[in-house]
Amino acid sequence: MTAPLRIGFIPLVDAAALIVAVDKGFTAAEGLEVELVREVSWSNVRDKLNIGLFDAAHLLAPVAIASSLGLGHVKVPIAAPFNLGINGNAITVSPALHAALMEQIDGDRFDPMATAKALAKVVAIRRKAGAEPLTFGMTFPFSTHNYQLRFWMAAAGVDPDEDVRLVVLPPPFMVDSLKSGHVDAFCVGAPWNSIAVDLGIGHILHFVSDILERAAEKVLAVRQVWADKNQDVVAALVRAAVKAAEFIEEPANLAEAAQILAQPERIGVDAEVIQRSLTGRLKISPDGAVRESGRYLLVGREGAGRPDPAQAAWLYAQMVRWGQTPLTPDGVKTAMSVFRPDLYDAALGLQRPTEAPGAFGAFVGPAFDPENIRGHLEAFAVGRWKV
Amino acid sequence: MSAEQSPKIVIVDESPVRAAILEDGLREAGFTQVVHIREMQSLLARIYAVDPDIILIDLENPSRDVLEAMFQVSRAVKRPIAMFVDQSDSASIQASVEAGVSAYIVDGLKKERIKPILDLCVSRFNAFAKLQEELERTKSQLEDRKIIEKAKGILMKLKGLTEDEAYVLLRSTAMREKKKIGEIAQSIITASEMLK
Repeated sequence: MTAPLRIGFIPLVDAAALIVAVDKGFTAAEGLEVELVREVSWSNVRDKLNIGLFDAAHLLAPVAIASSLGLGHVKVPIAAPFNLGINGNAITVSPALHAALMEQIDGDRFDPMATAKALAKVVAIRRKAGAEPLTFGMTFPFSTHNYQLRFWMAAAGVDPDEDVRLVVLPPPFMVDSLKSGHVDAFCVGAPWNSIAVDLGIGHILHFVSDILERAAEKVLAVRQVWADKNQDVVAALVRAAVKAAEFIEEPANLAEAAQILAQPERIGVDAEVIQRSLTGRLKISPDGAVRESGRYLLVGREGAGRPDPAQAAWLYAQMVRWGQTPLTPDGVKTAMSVFRPDLYDAALGLQRPTEAPGAFGAFVGPAFDPENIRGHLEAFAVGRWKV
Repeated sequence: MSAEQSPKIVIVDESPVRAAILEDGLREAGFTQVVHIREMQSLLARIYAVDPDIILIDLENPSRDVLEAMFQVSRAVKRPIAMFVDQSDSASIQASVEAGVSAYIVDGLKKERIKPILDLCVSRFNAFAKLQEELERTKSQLEDRKIIEKAKGILMKLKGLTEDEAYVLLRSTAMREKKKIGEIAQSIITASEMLK
């Protein structure tokens, strides 16, 4: 290798497999020299990957798809040979909104349909009182956070474009914005939800795994043309990431993994906070209440690392549902071709996947079928899709 | 800007110095309508209030992602588009990303009018980066000089050397250990403080 690979990342816990792969020496063991570059915005990661300043990147799965479709920016086909995380986001609300929701809730507090219905009531009450619409922060127009918030609230008839405001906020600004009242809630990845709870200014209302049991979150992204030219490098990267994911998932290594991720030039927050996200044992309320879930963030277990094209189709369906792109057969095909289980299998020398990917497990609507996106869209009353 | 009215340009930059350098450059080039936004709270509302034709933002600013949302807002009167979305000018995109500046252009503005603005931004951003580098270097040189003076004083006192002899000793030690003279001086200071 002549020059080290430059790989961009955003300081979030779901970059774990990438960071540990490099800092624990799994990439070096594959003969790769890697320079990790910490970035401040998804736009930067996307642009630097697209124009070749990065060889690979920790990227929001929907950004990889949008880039391949040419949505919002330059069209650059992206390949994702490794899935960096399943789930991992949470919805955090201000104490005031939390109190209002709990006052209206009818049913289990962790049931997303019950909370969505409570939200619909709060929205109606506020409208009647002439109050400003509630504002929800999310990380990017093409983000799982955006789609997960929308999927959740729309289930109870809350129109995310009419009844509330959805605004983009960089993750490091989420907590301050909640504190200042600039937003009433946000959907973001770890560690920001925990930080808001620790500061006593937020309640974690939902882990996204309440909304979808299995949702592709971040991918290891490379340019399609680069992947074609550097097949060995891609395979080595995938193997290093797989080893890192296995390392992280081993309970005995948890403290060490959290320590690696906590370094100032990596994620740069307390190892203890990172450990919470990795174990799925999170403090959800300033009063100290703790909630535990085996599905909070999947780094490598349950086949999390193997890209699942059906997940790409689901994300594409959300882009269509919310009017970001029209529904076309080519669009579905392009979106699905971004997720590359073939590259994953080739890197590991697998003949076929060791286990079938888990189902989406959405809390509402029919089972998702990538062959029938129209059926998925027609199942929901709220949406602004075009064919 | 005689034939057509000067486009309205917004600079989103938390660095007041760099923004001033950029603003001066734009004004010198005849772009008279330049607004600098430093405050990132309610950024979109501020931008809508100005209603610019071009938005310039530095790449170290996390609020770039906020701007990306502008392309999605269907009710906005004007929809900005990302820089050179038609891909015809990848060299310009590369140059600007490397310099650390990104531009968003509201649809409808002619492309030939954008190029000189972007070129100017890239050169000003590069000039600013160089300036900062020089400043850093001068600062660390100054710092080094202070440390060396102090270490010389310690050596003179402890070993009864003249100022010149103390400097020669520092320099020869640095050369032998393949370290910077400032580093050797610093270790002498640290050691003498420990031995106090």
